[in-house]
Amino acid sequence: MFKMTPNVIRNLLHKKATRLYPRLIRPAFENVRGALFNDVAQCTFCGVCAVKCPSQCIAVDKKAGIWIYDPFACVFCGICADICPAESLHQQSEYRLPLAGRETITLKGEPKQKIEKTTQIPEEENDDSKD
Amino acid sequence: MLKTIIPFGPQHPVLPEPLHLKLTVEDEIITDVFPALGFVHRGLENLVNIRDFQQMIQVIERVCGICSMLHAMCFCQGIEEMMGVEVPPRAKFLRIIWSELHRMQSHLLWLGLFADSFGFESLFMQFWKIREKLLDINEATTGNRVIISVNVIGGVRRDLSGEQLRSMLSDISWIEDEMGLLETTLLSDYTVKKRTVGKGVLSKEKAFELGVVGPTARASGIAQDMRMLGYSALGQLDFEPVVGTDGDCYARSKVRFQEVRQSINLVRQAIAKIPEGEIRIKIKGRPAGETVTRVEQPRGELFYYIKANGSKNLERLRIRTPTFANIPALLSILPGMWLSDVPVVVLSIDPCISCTER
Repeated sequence: MFKMTPNVIRNLLHKKATRLYPRLIRPAFENVRGALFNDVAQCTFCGVCAVKCPSQCIAVDKKAGIWIYDPFACVFCGICADICPAESLHQQSEYRLPLAGRETITLKGEPKQKIEKTTQIPEEENDDSKD
Repeated sequence: MLKTIIPFGPQHPVLPEPLHLKLTVEDEIITDVFPALGFVHRGLENLVNIRDFQQMIQVIERVCGICSMLHAMCFCQGIEEMMGVEVPPRAKFLRIIWSELHRMQSHLLWLGLFADSFGFESLFMQFWKIREKLLDINEATTGNRVIISVNVIGGVRRDLSGEQLRSMLSDISWIEDEMGLLETTLLSDYTVKKRTVGKGVLSKEKAFELGVVGPTARASGIAQDMRMLGYSALGQLDFEPVVGTDGDCYARSKVRFQEVRQSINLVRQAIAKIPEGEIRIKIKGRPAGETVTRVEQPRGELFYYIKANGSKNLERLRIRTPTFANIPALLSILPGMWLSDVPVVVLSIDPCISCTER
C-alpha cells in the first residue's frame, strides 16, 4: 500500500504515455529513411542505383530512359539515395502507406548521354559497377 | 504415471520465435527434452555467392531482427581486418554508441517479454515504453528504427551533430530514471521472485562445461564478455562485465537489467570522449584471405568466419550466434522442472531462433 500510493499519484498527475494516434501524429524526424522518390527530370539513367541496391528492387533501361522501382522489395537502406551521382534519388521523411495490392513504380524520362563532370561517380563505385 | 510427450512451440504465446521442444512429462515434471530447429532457415550465409561483399552488409543486418547493428559491425570489422583498413576514430566511437543503444533496446525488449512470460503485463508495457524512446533515438539519428543500416566497410554512413549528442544524453537520463522506477518491481517484488528465484539453476561448472555465452554465462558467475577484447573504441572506455552468482532466472534478469545501466554508462563515456574528424574512409580493392571476428551481441558472443579470394563475392561466410551456444544449457536445466516453469526458463536464455537458423 505504501509502496503503491506514490506510483498511483504519479500516474494520475502525469501526462498520458500514449498518443491518440490517428488524430495526433508525431511529426517525422529529419533525415528519416522514408519513401524513395526519384526526380526524373534530374535522373541521368546511369544505373548505379540498380547495381548497388542490395535487394535489387531497381531496374534501369539506359537507352529508353526508364526507371523501374519495386517498393515491396525495397528495404529502405538508403544506399541508392546516398550514391546517386545526379542526386535525383532521395528519401522523403514520410513512410509509404500500406497498400492492399502490389505495385511497381515506372518512371520515364529523357536519357542523357553523358554524366556531367561535377557529378562523377566515386572511384570505388566505378570499380564494382564494371563487373 | 505414464510418460506423456507435450510439444512446446513452434507456435506458443510466450515465444516470439519458432523454437520447438518435445517435452517428456511425468506427473507434470519434465524428464526429457528434445529440441527441433529449422523452421525459419533462410540460407542467408549462401547469399555470399549472389551479393557482393558490400551488399552483404544489408543482408547480414537481417540475420537478426533485434541486434542488426552488431551483426553488421562484426562483419565490417572482419572485412576491414582482411583489407588492412583502419577505421577513423570518430567512426569507432559512433559504432560503439549505436551498438550500445542496440544492446539497451534488445535487453529492454527481453525484460518486457520476460515479465510477460510470467503474466506481468503491466511491467511488460512499462519496459516497452522505455524501449520506444530508444527506437525514437535510432530513428532520429540514423533514419531507421531497428535495422539502422549505418555500417559500411571503412566507417559509418551517418554522423551525429553536437545537438543530437546532447539530446541523446538527456534521453538517456530519462531512460535511467524510468529504469530506476521499475527496479524494485522486477528485482524485489514477492510475486516476481516467487516465479524466478531458484528456477532453472545453471551452476558455474556446468555453464563452463557447456560453453555457455553472454548474460546466461555471466549470471552463472563466468566473467566472460567479448567487450573485454576492446574492439572498436571499447579499449578507450572503462568497462567491467556484470557478473551474477546464482545462475537462476532471477540472476539472469538482474544481469540484463544491470547491463542496460552499464550500456547507459558506456554511451555517456563514448559521448564524452568522441573525437572530431572524418567518419568514413574510401576503400580500394577487394578482400582476400580469411578472418575470424567476435563481438558481444546482447545475447552473448557473436562469431563470424569470413573467407575471401579477392573476387567480388566472398568465398564462405559462417556465423555462429549466441543462442546456438546456449540451447544445450537450456536442455540441461529443463529436466526436473515443473511444466508451468518452462516458459520462464526458456525465455531466460533469450532465445533468438531466426539468428540461430539464419
